[in-house]
Amino acid sequence: MQDLFDIDSALSEEERAVRASVRQFVDERILPIIGDCYIEGRFPKEIIPGLAELGVLGANLPEEYGCAGLNNVAYGLIMQELERGDSGIRSFASVQGALVMYPIFAFGSEEQKKEYLPKMAAGEIIGCFGLTESDYGSNPSGMITMANEQADGSWVLNGGKMWITNGSQAKIAIVWAKTNGDPSDKSIRGFIVPTNTPGFTAKDQKGKLSLRASDTSELVFQDVRLPKDAILPKSGGIKSPLMCLTQARYGISWGVIGAAMACYEEALDYSKSRVMFGKAIGGFQLQQQRLAIMLTEIVKAQLVSLHLGRLKDSGKFTPQQVSFAKRNNCDIATNVAREARRLLGANGILAEYGAMRHMANLESVYTYEGTHDIHTLILGQAVTGLSAFT
Amino acid sequence: MANIFAFAESRGGALRRVAFETVSAARALADASGGGEVHALLAGAAGVAALAAELGKYGADVVIVVEHAGLANTNVEALAATAAERIKSGGYRAAIFSASAQGRDLAPRVAAKLGVSMAGDVTTLELAGDALVVTHPAYAGKVIATLKLTGSPAIVTLRPGARAAVEAAREARVESAQPVSDPAASKLVVKEMVVGGGAKLDIGDAPVIVSGGRGLKSAENFKLVEDLAAAFGNAAVGATRAVTDDGWRPHSDQIGQTGRQVSPELYVALGISGAIQHVAGMRNSRTIVAINKDKDAPIFKVADYGIVGDVIEILPVLTAAVKEARSKG
Amino acid sequence: MKIAVCIKRVPDMETRFKIAASGTAVDEAGLKYDMSDFDGYAVETALQLNEKQGPGETVVISLGPDVVQEQLRKALSMGADRAVQLKADRVPTDGLSIAGALAAELKDGGYDLIFFGRQAVDSANATVGPMTAELLGLPCATAVSTLDIANGRGTARRDLEGAAEIVEFALPAVVTIDEGMPRARYPSLKGIMAAKKKPLEVKPAQLGAESLTLEKMELPPERAAGRIVGEGPGAVPELVRLLHTEAKVL
Repeated sequence: MQDLFDIDSALSEEERAVRASVRQFVDERILPIIGDCYIEGRFPKEIIPGLAELGVLGANLPEEYGCAGLNNVAYGLIMQELERGDSGIRSFASVQGALVMYPIFAFGSEEQKKEYLPKMAAGEIIGCFGLTESDYGSNPSGMITMANEQADGSWVLNGGKMWITNGSQAKIAIVWAKTNGDPSDKSIRGFIVPTNTPGFTAKDQKGKLSLRASDTSELVFQDVRLPKDAILPKSGGIKSPLMCLTQARYGISWGVIGAAMACYEEALDYSKSRVMFGKAIGGFQLQQQRLAIMLTEIVKAQLVSLHLGRLKDSGKFTPQQVSFAKRNNCDIATNVAREARRLLGANGILAEYGAMRHMANLESVYTYEGTHDIHTLILGQAVTGLSAFT
Repeated sequence: MANIFAFAESRGGALRRVAFETVSAARALADASGGGEVHALLAGAAGVAALAAELGKYGADVVIVVEHAGLANTNVEALAATAAERIKSGGYRAAIFSASAQGRDLAPRVAAKLGVSMAGDVTTLELAGDALVVTHPAYAGKVIATLKLTGSPAIVTLRPGARAAVEAAREARVESAQPVSDPAASKLVVKEMVVGGGAKLDIGDAPVIVSGGRGLKSAENFKLVEDLAAAFGNAAVGATRAVTDDGWRPHSDQIGQTGRQVSPELYVALGISGAIQHVAGMRNSRTIVAINKDKDAPIFKVADYGIVGDVIEILPVLTAAVKEARSKG
Repeated sequence: MKIAVCIKRVPDMETRFKIAASGTAVDEAGLKYDMSDFDGYAVETALQLNEKQGPGETVVISLGPDVVQEQLRKALSMGADRAVQLKADRVPTDGLSIAGALAAELKDGGYDLIFFGRQAVDSANATVGPMTAELLGLPCATAVSTLDIANGRGTARRDLEGAAEIVEFALPAVVTIDEGMPRARYPSLKGIMAAKKKPLEVKPAQLGAESLTLEKMELPPERAAGRIVGEGPGAVPELVRLLHTEAKVL
């Protein structure tokens, strides 16, 4: 889209090159098929090798583990471009990179990093992240999944997880569980669970009207026996999975801008070619207002995420800032998508256009990884010093 | 008064239509200069001299015939050396080649040998004082550039079809000449001619796209669309979403809002009604032809030329006509 | 093999162009740039040849102001080994002037192959490749759609109008790349990072005098309102005539 605020001048040549490469991939490999995938309720697995070759999986992790070693702004731009295709595709990459590769990188042993990260960057191993449970969404500390250590040092895992992106296609799951019967959230540890371990089952969640081009599953663990080295040694307490969520939310704040950009561009193009009452509808004030508001909100969101990325790269960003960006950007993207759909009139309900698909997707993105309301409370607490969670 | 050189392209012992176009364009320049001569170079295997008279019909005063067994197929190095030598010794004001595959191969080498620049793929040309002023469609045909050639001679390649060949009959004098360099010594030679061959083009790149919609009625009928594409030789086959959804064509061929956005020089819409979703993918095409049964179909609003009628009935006739026009080119 | 690929920075052709106030250029505001499509195929062809045939070097060369470094970096991020910018304030209109500067750079480079796109998609003259070949005294296969290199010789297919020719040539040679050759790969993100560390040499372009100049640029006349040529198969001859003489697309 037209860069009215010359935000590109704040990006380095490499950052622009990364964006250009992913953008081209999305234009050529994802946009032509995504509408059909959405209708069929199918995640396009066939693009995984291409995404891996491009290097988008765990792109901000170091080169020594087979990753691209990009900075966080470039990583954000990748998320933006992927979600310009579809939130489901970006979700796939977010989960693989920020929720599976990142915890292995941050909490794993050197052996675990060497074993998993290069293969995950290459797309040979797909991962999923199990934190949320059916009764514990916004309050993960309440989880009931439990891992108990056996005399020989191995673990036995019981419980279940809900709303797990990539769940049915994953080869490994990062499962967060309380340990050794301790109900406190301080006992939470992360485990690398191969999905072919006896007692592990994943089943697709049916009937989704959002994120239809993404796998969402329910995981069940019944006496799943895990070796000693399945545990992520440096994980400890609820703080560990929340650190992962901060990574993922950062990416989401960028991703949704992509969805909004796609909707804005589609609406703008449509407004210039659709003729009603003898002139292009873009010439009517009401549509111009829609477009002006969309553009304004997108530019503001871009500036927020870009600044957040620079803070993250300098090691100075806070979870509250990430909440701010996730909350704002998901909200404006959802509104942009809805306005774009309306501008498109009846055509806007067709899968041939992206607006309604993005609009439906963004309702999930608005809700997952900390709902809009939860991020509101995080910000409320940050400014007042008073917790309103309970 | 200025003499003008024209390269008369032949293939397989026959003149190509572009030969008459270059000679005719040279004639017009010579006349505009106050009556110079047109000298056409005709090269080929033994027997090619018999074609010289045809060039006279379009205004060649002299036909320089180079017959050599090594010139049965194109031999660009020998032709470039021979043409450059002749252009230099003949003192021509301008030299015109066709912007055909052969002309585009040959003319730049001739220009470089003569140490002058050239203008490629021009659509008009006129003398202006000591210079030759030409127009040339650039930026995928979206911009027309006017260029001035101040070198001597001024060398151009002329876009095929840009000017019709106009008869200006005269008795051409025939001069025989030999290749300036031995064709057998060329570092690049044609090993084989493949007649009728054309590579499969992608719709994103093809200068011509022939595209079918539901009006084709079945997947089998797309054979007719492929035949038309083959007749153009530089065409790719596209389709509407309805057609790809029905599995008649692969999704990669879909043109429109969610498919590919294309802007070829020529877009032929066959049995396509022109829904806004489709038009969004092709409205930037330079020339649009539509064939549709329904005279009120929206596609006729974006088309430059339309035929109302049954596309299945019209296609074979159109394919034959295009084939004929192309073979003359 | 040592392969040079000459690439040009061009605007995105999907743009609706406007003419600049000067009247001799397109308005650059808001334009997106990339390397010319065919030049991208040429870079890809060179990379694949060197990947298949063992150790080699792919060198990309572009003539123009510093902005062309962006396209050189893209080629490096695709996998080219090093880049050369022949620095000039602008890209001349005169193809021979460009060819002269390129030939000066290429002549002592020891290249086995020199690739160009069949034409730049913006200026669309298709002259610089074969002119450079002539200045270097090398054979030149123009607009090839297939290419095989073996034992110091090349074989290529050139698509003509309604026919094709298979040409054979000795190396070193110049080849201009057409449709049919492999599409440019996506620069990988690792490749983009690696490209930062690859050498990009800047030298002044040795441009000769120009005898082709750009006088004016304008948009083509507005498309005339469409018309129905006729009904049924009987209208075909008139349609073909119009396509040939009026639209000039046949």
